[in-house]
Amino acid sequence: MVEESVRVVRCGGSRLNFRRAVFSADSKYIFCVSGDFVKVYSSATEECVHVLHGHEDVVSGILLNPNNHLQLFSCSFDGTIKLWDYLDGILIKTFRVGPKLHAIFIPARAEDSVFLTISKEEPDIFQLVSVKLPKSSSQDVEARELSFVLDYVNRSPKCIAFGNEGEYIAAVRDFYLSVYFLKKKKTCNFTLPSTKNKKNAKNKFTCVACHPKEDCIASGHMDGKIRLWRNFHDDKKYTYTCLHWHHDMVMDLAFTVTGTSLLSGGRECVLVEWREGSEKNKEFLPRLGSTIEHISVSPAGDLFCTSHSDNKITVIHRNLSASAVIQGLVKDRSISTGLMVDPRTKALVLNGKPGHLQFYSLQGDKQLYNLDIIQQEYINDDGLIQIELVKAAFGCSGTWLATVEQRQENKSELELQMKLWTYSKKTQGFALNTKITMPHDDHITALCFNNAENYEKPILVTASRDGHFKVWALVDDSDIYKKAIGWTCDFVGSYHKYQATNCCFSEDGSLLAVSFEEIVTIWDSETWELKCTFCQRAGKIRHLCFGRLTCSKYLLATTHNGILCCWNLLSCSMQWSAKLNVSVLEPDPYSDYVAAVSRSTAGSDLFVFKPSEPRPLYIQKNVSREEVQWGVFVPRDVPGSFTSEAHQWLNRSQFYFLTKSQCLLTFSTKSPEEKLTPTSKQLLAEESLPTTPFSLILGKHRQQQEARLNGTSENELIQLPLTENIPAINELLHTPAHVLPSASFLCSLFINSLLLSKETKSSEEIPDDVDMEDKEESDSSDEEKDFTEKAQETNNTDLGEDVIHQLSKSEEKELRKFRKVDYSWLTAL
Amino acid sequence: MPIFNLSSFSKRLKDKEWGIRCVAYNNQSNRLAVSRTDGTVEIYNLSANYFQEKFFPGHESRATEALCWAEGQRLFSAGLNGEILEYDLQALNIKYALDAFGGPIWSMAASPSGSQLVVGCEDGSVKLFEVTPEKIQFARNFDRQKSRILSLSWHPAGTHIAAGSIDYISVFDVKSGSIIRKMVLDRQHLGVTKSRCIVWGVAFLSDGTVISVDSVGKVQLWDSATGTLVKSHLIANADVQSIAVADQEDSFVVGTAEGTVFHFQLVSVTSSSSEKQWVRTKPFQHHTHDVRTVAHSPTALISGGTDTHLVIRPLMEKVEVKNYDAALRKITFPHRRLISCSKRRQLLLFQFAHHLELWRLGSTLATGKNGDTLPLSKNADHLLHLKTKGPENIICSCVSQCGSWIAYSTASRFFLYRLKYEHDNISLQRVSKMPAFLQSAVHILFSEDSRKLFVASNQGSLHILHLLEGSFKHLHTFQPQSGTVEAMCLLAVSPDGNWLAASGTSAGVHVYDLNHLKLHCTVPAYNFPVTALAIAPNTNNLVIAHSDQQVFEFSIPDKQYTDWSRAVQKQGFHQLWLQRDTPITHISFHPKRPMHILLHDAYMFCIIDKALPLPNDKTVLYNPLPPKNESDVFLRRTAHAFKISKIYKPLLFMDLLDERTLVAVERPLDDIIAQLPPPIKKKKFGT
Repeated sequence: MVEESVRVVRCGGSRLNFRRAVFSADSKYIFCVSGDFVKVYSSATEECVHVLHGHEDVVSGILLNPNNHLQLFSCSFDGTIKLWDYLDGILIKTFRVGPKLHAIFIPARAEDSVFLTISKEEPDIFQLVSVKLPKSSSQDVEARELSFVLDYVNRSPKCIAFGNEGEYIAAVRDFYLSVYFLKKKKTCNFTLPSTKNKKNAKNKFTCVACHPKEDCIASGHMDGKIRLWRNFHDDKKYTYTCLHWHHDMVMDLAFTVTGTSLLSGGRECVLVEWREGSEKNKEFLPRLGSTIEHISVSPAGDLFCTSHSDNKITVIHRNLSASAVIQGLVKDRSISTGLMVDPRTKALVLNGKPGHLQFYSLQGDKQLYNLDIIQQEYINDDGLIQIELVKAAFGCSGTWLATVEQRQENKSELELQMKLWTYSKKTQGFALNTKITMPHDDHITALCFNNAENYEKPILVTASRDGHFKVWALVDDSDIYKKAIGWTCDFVGSYHKYQATNCCFSEDGSLLAVSFEEIVTIWDSETWELKCTFCQRAGKIRHLCFGRLTCSKYLLATTHNGILCCWNLLSCSMQWSAKLNVSVLEPDPYSDYVAAVSRSTAGSDLFVFKPSEPRPLYIQKNVSREEVQWGVFVPRDVPGSFTSEAHQWLNRSQFYFLTKSQCLLTFSTKSPEEKLTPTSKQLLAEESLPTTPFSLILGKHRQQQEARLNGTSENELIQLPLTENIPAINELLHTPAHVLPSASFLCSLFINSLLLSKETKSSEEIPDDVDMEDKEESDSSDEEKDFTEKAQETNNTDLGEDVIHQLSKSEEKELRKFRKVDYSWLTAL
Repeated sequence: MPIFNLSSFSKRLKDKEWGIRCVAYNNQSNRLAVSRTDGTVEIYNLSANYFQEKFFPGHESRATEALCWAEGQRLFSAGLNGEILEYDLQALNIKYALDAFGGPIWSMAASPSGSQLVVGCEDGSVKLFEVTPEKIQFARNFDRQKSRILSLSWHPAGTHIAAGSIDYISVFDVKSGSIIRKMVLDRQHLGVTKSRCIVWGVAFLSDGTVISVDSVGKVQLWDSATGTLVKSHLIANADVQSIAVADQEDSFVVGTAEGTVFHFQLVSVTSSSSEKQWVRTKPFQHHTHDVRTVAHSPTALISGGTDTHLVIRPLMEKVEVKNYDAALRKITFPHRRLISCSKRRQLLLFQFAHHLELWRLGSTLATGKNGDTLPLSKNADHLLHLKTKGPENIICSCVSQCGSWIAYSTASRFFLYRLKYEHDNISLQRVSKMPAFLQSAVHILFSEDSRKLFVASNQGSLHILHLLEGSFKHLHTFQPQSGTVEAMCLLAVSPDGNWLAASGTSAGVHVYDLNHLKLHCTVPAYNFPVTALAIAPNTNNLVIAHSDQQVFEFSIPDKQYTDWSRAVQKQGFHQLWLQRDTPITHISFHPKRPMHILLHDAYMFCIIDKALPLPNDKTVLYNPLPPKNESDVFLRRTAHAFKISKIYKPLLFMDLLDERTLVAVERPLDDIIAQLPPPIKKKKFGT
């Protein structure tokens, strides 16, 4: 492999809810922005069909091309507008506009001009401009002729709407609604009372939508009211009516295609459908999980979708039933559990929805599932103190999961609960085993399992600010009714009433290191005896970890005042120390490398080193401008083949890290295009089939065929060739009749081709194909891999049994000759 | 001047019967007629700051159900006693009553030309009356319906009538009197079928659309030509009880039993197309109880209901300038005095619809700081409860300054009583044999020395009676100016007993010389009606308050305005003073401080100190009581003639009892609400 420079790349998990999602004209696809990309999802299967990449900064707006509904416009902070063919995932054109683009609007009747929100010289002042897109055949077009339309608009595209096929623009900001009539070039401004009293202070506009058929503007407000404005052609005669159901801010509004209903959503997690603009006639879709941030309506009118604050898009059928959920990495809340890797699925595990742990597939960039830890209904209300999931750890290669949740109303009242979950093979999920209320008297600061393989009994250690660390052991909890196992406290340790801040097991599980503020204590995990203490008096310990593999005799610790220390456990002495303000210290469990991310004023720097030597092997300056909060090594499915010393640490695992703004980043040599799984065209073809009763029957028929195919190959019955798979027959059937030779001449060829195809397929072609597929799908999900493996197995059996039925070599040669003849005349045509 | 709170007895006025039943707006004179549930009819002049100009006392058996203007400015009402009444707006009495012979009348409507009246009766009949110059004449019965006719509306062309009944609306042809269309309503309300659907109101538009409001909570638009439902707006969970359409037919207003008033407007669907649709626009929640009636004036929405408020909500888009008319008005209390007091004996006489109550004020011996509430050493006594005979309401009442005379009047009888005090006992003796000319009085007043009684009769004449021990003598009658029969509504007598001032509803104030029994002079006419009158002691200056909040001082001996009054007119009143929304109902004077004028309206009490400079628009009008620690210089600089106190509100009556005592009668709104039937319960979010 060619050695490439390693660079930091964003690896999915971007916000899907940054802007409104867009439906394709036939409602089959949903487009949504996702960081620098635009993702194309199938609205029926929730599967990502395409990722449109090409923008160099965050995509800030997407829109269907009103003149060609198979094309998609997107605009980005990089100052370009791109036009895509979303069916094939091809970039058609790039228009270079220049300034940072915040939103794009194209009214239905606009010929070739688009409207954009750009920021002026001063920050936080935005204006709406229109740009004429030049008609040119070249791929890269300059479009810098901006003509000013409206000043002082809101940055959010929710605050601007085009009505009556682009005749007027409604823009809201603070307490103002401005309606700009494009033809008359006239602006009407409407102001709501703002300063009079407290009640009016919540009058602020939050979003706006225009009725598709009538001159009616709907605006959402901070206090939960929706106002329907009419007669806004006149500054004086304007009138509005109020719809009030939401008790908190209206986040987004959308009219249905016919305009008969208005949809609204907010923090209540309820989609409200107002029918005929009447306050009494409304329908609800409740329990959508989290705050609705955007609502969009498909042009066909059969689907809605809501984007939620937990990075989720819910596809909703017209009769208000949720039909599909596209879930990205949940980034709504602070990540207190840190990043973990589920040893079973290799999924990234972290805080998800409130009270949940999310399992997130890094390869597929989608959420696998949510594990409800707190198991209580979440009430979304301001000022309500919730139970927080604060710590979690996996033990014994994923068999056990320990979680800690806490709720603190005030300083003296702390509710703590520790739960231990066991993986049930039957249900393929975690089941609650033991619930411990108040495991400690104060906050739990760390929690770790003894993951050594030679230990028969799993052991969990918790460290707490109450000055103790507790050892929890799995014991037999059987009674006369049932056999059961449960966790119980085995040992309580403390050291001079200092707060326990960190705990960590050595790789072989024989030693436990617990840090008490500035002091590190080493305990024997057999007898729980204090073996020795290390004290650097250099500040409180922030991180603590043992080295792995060859470096297992070293113990690493970082302190709050910026010292990284390494002790040798054999000599019980300090090996080396370095001045480094480490914010993340993460050992690779599969190699002896340790990664440390340090925080400096310019940004965060990454250092990779072996504990045995103080010299870093690899330094990447400025991996991120922000503080890096968490990092984790994720084992690679296929080991990398980096030869240079600096990059060898990337061979076994990949390092992922999360910044303060919850950006998930990693190191990669591949370009993003290669990294993300391209989807096969085959899938697309399948998708494009309309779901008619006939297609259902066809699908069933195909499944049966496949089953029969597998069955026959296993039982080794005579295999009927599938006619469409044989190229000779395909070409025979597709050649025009007037150029075909006589039927009698073709007959023997035809039969021969049938014979041949069966033999070649079973002997040579299929294994090759499988290999190729294997390579292609090497970085797709595990399930697919399993499938391919199975396929390989079946093929192997095929091969083995085929030997018995093999034709003699001479016969085979003859048949091949026939095939060659067959092809030559066809290609000559 | 230190202020002590002395009053501490509370009074309950009977308000149950005071709810507004119907309103009728007259476009020509810009007047509003309001009828209450007890049959009282009030006329408000919308051009004169919504002043309650005239009123007709109620009658127990006359529950008004419908009110309308016809033939220009003739006012008719109909009620559950089956009679149609016409009111004499000049003489302030009922012209005649005519039985319609159809049982209780539920609805009445005047034709667009005003020459015909149609009434809907309990027995399902719709009767047409011709309005003749003197009376009304029964013309024809329309096709009789099965159930009572609750609402009626004329087509603007006068050719058809829509009648709302129970469960259906019928359309009549006026010429033939036959029913040409019947539209049946749906009883469903949010999936629940109600036992019946009452059509509380209908409105016929010129394009043939009929708008109906019903007990199911819907506003529905029907095409009367085809009898089909065009559009239905579900707006309330309870009854929609009233509807009124603007003359231009571009907006209408409906009132619901939940106290909400909804405005509907005809707006064009898009700016380019001519297609228009009715859209519900703004809801207004100014009432706590049923909105029984609504009216639509060209510039305002008017609503009234069980909670006794009359609410006038201006349409901002129709109001050209921001002035008095642009603000929301809520009229709760009558614009006249219902309380009189006897200063010498410290008595208060309260006037109710059917009885009078006489109370003696308590007193205290304690002293205290400014603002303290002092304990009463003697509690207030309820001395007398005087019930009227007959079904009629009391029009006016008065107690003499010495406390030994009480006079009151109903629409047909005048009563005079002599009170005798013997220690704690009180004896009441009615003065019998009232003269024939004393049938009904609009205003009664005793002279300061209680020896004369002044009665303003509804025929426009003023009678002066000389009171003797237990009897009286007719002294003189001032006949009205030739040609007018306008009743005098307000009287004021000078403390020395030499002068009597009287004002009518529209003409100026006349001043009579009581010694020579002749007209002394007439104060120059002013556009706005007089709301309060008083003559100052010693100087004999007549102070007149008008409904536009102007206050004039007229010197009776000099027959001209005083210098102070001229100065005030030259500079003008403060902007905020002119924007006050309730009229001044009482003026009094301090016996020892001739420069002070005391006056009050329902929400403030004011002392005008003529010695101080007048405030201009830049100074603060409403100054709180001056803090003591401020320097004198600052106080002098900011002091102006108007000392306003808003401690007591709503204030029904305030007067000086003596130099050191002031009596104030407050009527808390909560008490009125508490006596009303409970409103429709609505779930409030977060409770």
